Amino acid sequence: MEPVSSSLSLTTITLFLPMVGLTILMFMREDTQKEAIQWTAFGFSIATFIASLLMWATFDTANGGLQMAQRFDWLPTYGISYYVAVDGLAMLLVLLSTFTMPLAILISFRAHIIEERGRVKLYYMFMLLLEWAMIGVFVAQDLVTFYIFWEVTLVPMYFLIGIWGSENRVYAAVKFFLYTMAGSILMLLAILFVGNEAGTFALPEIVAGVQSGAIVFPFDGVFSTQSFLFLGFLIAFAIKVPLWPFHSWLPDAHVQAPTSGSVILAAVLLKMGAYGMIRFCLPLFPQASVDWAPIVAGLAVIGIIYGAWVSYAQTDIKKLVAYSSVSHMGFVVLGIFALNAQGLQGAAIQMVNHGISTGGLFLLVGMLYERRHTKAMSAYGGIWKAMPLFGGISLVITLSSMGLPGLNGFVGEFTILLGSMGSQVLGFFFTMFATLGVILAAVYMLYMFQKVYMGELDKPENMNLPKLHWHEIAVLIPILIMIFWIGLQPGVFFSLLDSSTSKLIADMGQIVPQIVAQLP
Amino acid sequence: MIQAPNIADLNLEYTLPAAFLAIYTCFLLMADLFIQRKTVTAWLALGGLGVSFVFNLFVFNQGGEALEGLFIADQFTGFLNIIILVTAILTVFLSIDYLKRTQIERGEFYILLLFSTAGMMFMASANDLIVVFAALELLSIPLYIMAAFRPNDVKSEESGMKYFVLGAFASAFFLYGAALVYGATGTTRLPEIFQAVEGIVTNDSSSVFLLLVGTALLIVGLGFKVAVVPFHMWTPDVYEGSPTPVTAFMSVGAKAGGFAALLRVMVVALPTFFLNQGDTTTAWQTVVWIIAALTMIVGNFVAISQTNIKRMLAYSSIAHAGYILMAVAAAGTAGVANAAAQGALIYLLAYAFTNLGAFGVVLALEKNDGTGTNLDDFVGLSKSKPLLAAMMAIFMFSLAGIPLTGGFTGKWLIFQATLDAGLVPLAIIGVLTSVVSAFYYVRIIVNMYLRDGDGSSADGATPYVTYAIYAAFAGTVILGIFPVLATNLTDTVTIAASVIAR
Repeated sequence: MEPVSSSLSLTTITLFLPMVGLTILMFMREDTQKEAIQWTAFGFSIATFIASLLMWATFDTANGGLQMAQRFDWLPTYGISYYVAVDGLAMLLVLLSTFTMPLAILISFRAHIIEERGRVKLYYMFMLLLEWAMIGVFVAQDLVTFYIFWEVTLVPMYFLIGIWGSENRVYAAVKFFLYTMAGSILMLLAILFVGNEAGTFALPEIVAGVQSGAIVFPFDGVFSTQSFLFLGFLIAFAIKVPLWPFHSWLPDAHVQAPTSGSVILAAVLLKMGAYGMIRFCLPLFPQASVDWAPIVAGLAVIGIIYGAWVSYAQTDIKKLVAYSSVSHMGFVVLGIFALNAQGLQGAAIQMVNHGISTGGLFLLVGMLYERRHTKAMSAYGGIWKAMPLFGGISLVITLSSMGLPGLNGFVGEFTILLGSMGSQVLGFFFTMFATLGVILAAVYMLYMFQKVYMGELDKPENMNLPKLHWHEIAVLIPILIMIFWIGLQPGVFFSLLDSSTSKLIADMGQIVPQIVAQLP
Repeated sequence: MIQAPNIADLNLEYTLPAAFLAIYTCFLLMADLFIQRKTVTAWLALGGLGVSFVFNLFVFNQGGEALEGLFIADQFTGFLNIIILVTAILTVFLSIDYLKRTQIERGEFYILLLFSTAGMMFMASANDLIVVFAALELLSIPLYIMAAFRPNDVKSEESGMKYFVLGAFASAFFLYGAALVYGATGTTRLPEIFQAVEGIVTNDSSSVFLLLVGTALLIVGLGFKVAVVPFHMWTPDVYEGSPTPVTAFMSVGAKAGGFAALLRVMVVALPTFFLNQGDTTTAWQTVVWIIAALTMIVGNFVAISQTNIKRMLAYSSIAHAGYILMAVAAAGTAGVANAAAQGALIYLLAYAFTNLGAFGVVLALEKNDGTGTNLDDFVGLSKSKPLLAAMMAIFMFSLAGIPLTGGFTGKWLIFQATLDAGLVPLAIIGVLTSVVSAFYYVRIIVNMYLRDGDGSSADGATPYVTYAIYAAFAGTVILGIFPVLATNLTDTVTIAASVIAR
């Protein structure tokens, strides 16, 4: 591990850039400076993205430990510090967050719902607050700091859904808030318990303690201290992912949220759950992870099939995409609990893929909604003819979400299935049923594409849909680039992950023999 | 032959913050007769509180026993005095304009407020059951009058009457409990009780039973004051009927005083009160634990169905008493007492800022005839008064325990102490009920931000009230972001040094 410096690290700069933007926004006047507010918010999200690219440039992929660390005492009596750093996995997800945020802000510039509800300044302040908290979740290396960021993401998202959502927004916002809070507050107890046992809240120190046997969370089967702690963390993460059967907040939140909110929710917030499983559940509680792996992976597989099945039954496009998230995120959890390097890497790549593809799908739905003010599939048909460019882009994003070889979705799902097949704790049946999900994904995605884009252009309202606006094209192009880049050149991203995931698996393997590092 | 003590041995300077305030208030009572503009009285009251605050800073950390052991000034006292004085100062700011516009302005209001404050401060420094009792009365009697300060309002009169009758009842319980403890141990000094308890427990004498009943009655008496279930029935009516600044003051101050006494009596006098030899948890822990769980459950669940914000905050304050009581329960495990006391102190400070701020906003919305305090009156506030709404939202998040607010800091320290004490089920009940609490706190935010309406004009948001809300807001946020500022002040709270040494 790199020695922790007290000078300002790039991680901190990236983390706090959105906060700087938020502070500036606070002093701007909503009635006269609306454009300026939008561009300030966008500018700071771009600056954050550039800062995170700089982090990537200085990132040492050969190093599996934490890099660009910064730490200072926050509450020394209790062993709590502000401690941020990144490893390969965190780096990737920071990049995903900073990549998504400018798109979400740009798509809000002309969003009808924000014009209608007003309060533009508040809106962009919440966006930047959300970005700060999201990056914080991925870089925090102290359990309490992590919990704070984790919980703070709730607040802006709650308001984004609640103020700028559609008809049923209040219900969806409150459900989102209470559901996720209920999960995370049990995690707080688990965190405090772990901290009490370890005497510190710094994650690397606790993990090192677990490695060396200095810190022991007693484990003797499914009902033991370690299992309960594991579950305390897992339930919080499972709700966020969402793992079946904890998913019921998701369709409501997604459908009611404004486009930008759905994009961020799908692209980043769901990843926080999966990230948490990798970062906390596995290294802190290796024995419990192995013991519970078949159960968690079983739920994941159920989620894969259930999500796909329910997606197929939807008549609302946004709901269809929302349920497809349940299915796709099931793959991520399956990959994590395969407990080998392949599964983990596949899961990490799949997180990014899902962020890009599903984020893209939500953008598309949002663009349709801006034009027609309905999300019912039956209102559309033959859109390709009305908007050829839009139709073409939609096809690529839909295929990427299905997992077509050559595009990004395939890479992740394939690696996960490989990992699950070769796993010591899972195996053939898990893989077989998960593969079923891949096929079902093609069914519901193509069904949606056919209903919306293909067929006759028979509805008069659809005849003269306005063409894509420049900012809509500007939002979609980066998505397309990422789809092809990951699809054709996944090596760049795998190399970012390689050392970190291998180290994690190797460390766990020393404690639990079932976990074997299997490198491709 | 009674020897007159040497005045130098009394360490009178340690008693200065509380004693000064009490004496100053007596003078103010007379001076008030000649003051025409009652705002002057308010400012004189503020001056007295300010001087007392300064005295408190001087004796902070360097006190000890005074008045031959009747009185103690340690860090615990000093920190509680800060909470109590801040509460009183903010209450004065909330009151000045409120009393004017509701036409109940009288100089006596501030004097009663100061007397009650002095009572709370004595409570925080009491080292003897008799002093606890005297302080309890000094704290309570002015509050009874203040609750009924709106003379022509039936609700206010009901509130004062109810509070008086039940409060007197509770005092009697406390007094009887103190008498029984005296009967068992032969002393009323808390440290001496501590020494006597060990003998009683080891000798297995019949006094154990006496001590047990006495302890139970003490818990009942103080439980009334801090409003824990099942001794909470008076709270909603009294909170709703009292003038809003009084509600704000008693929801915070009386609680701080009550918990000061509860912690002091339980942790200093009775930490080794084990029923069986070799126990590590005290005899009273289970009872306190059950009361805490009940309080959190009842307070939070009943708060959901309230439509009046003052009643809702009343039930919420019951629930918060439950959280602080968790810390008292945790203090019953050997070795955790200091951490638990620290958690309770930080929680009380955070709660003081947050709740005063929330009541400040309620008071700003309240109309001159006392209406305008329904939950529906908050609809659209974010449009008509964005700043006020934003601060109310932060106060609500703080009460719900969302990070970066003081409420989170307090909850977290208390939960940590509770887990440390091995009371895992209690901690789980605590976190789950705090999700329930989020439901009704978030409802205020829903009304303010998510529902469209005209929004209250918040006529009560006069400059003084706004300053008080700003101050409370600053306190809430600073405590959430830099908790170290507060924990540094409590780091050496050694309320139970004797237990640690065991």
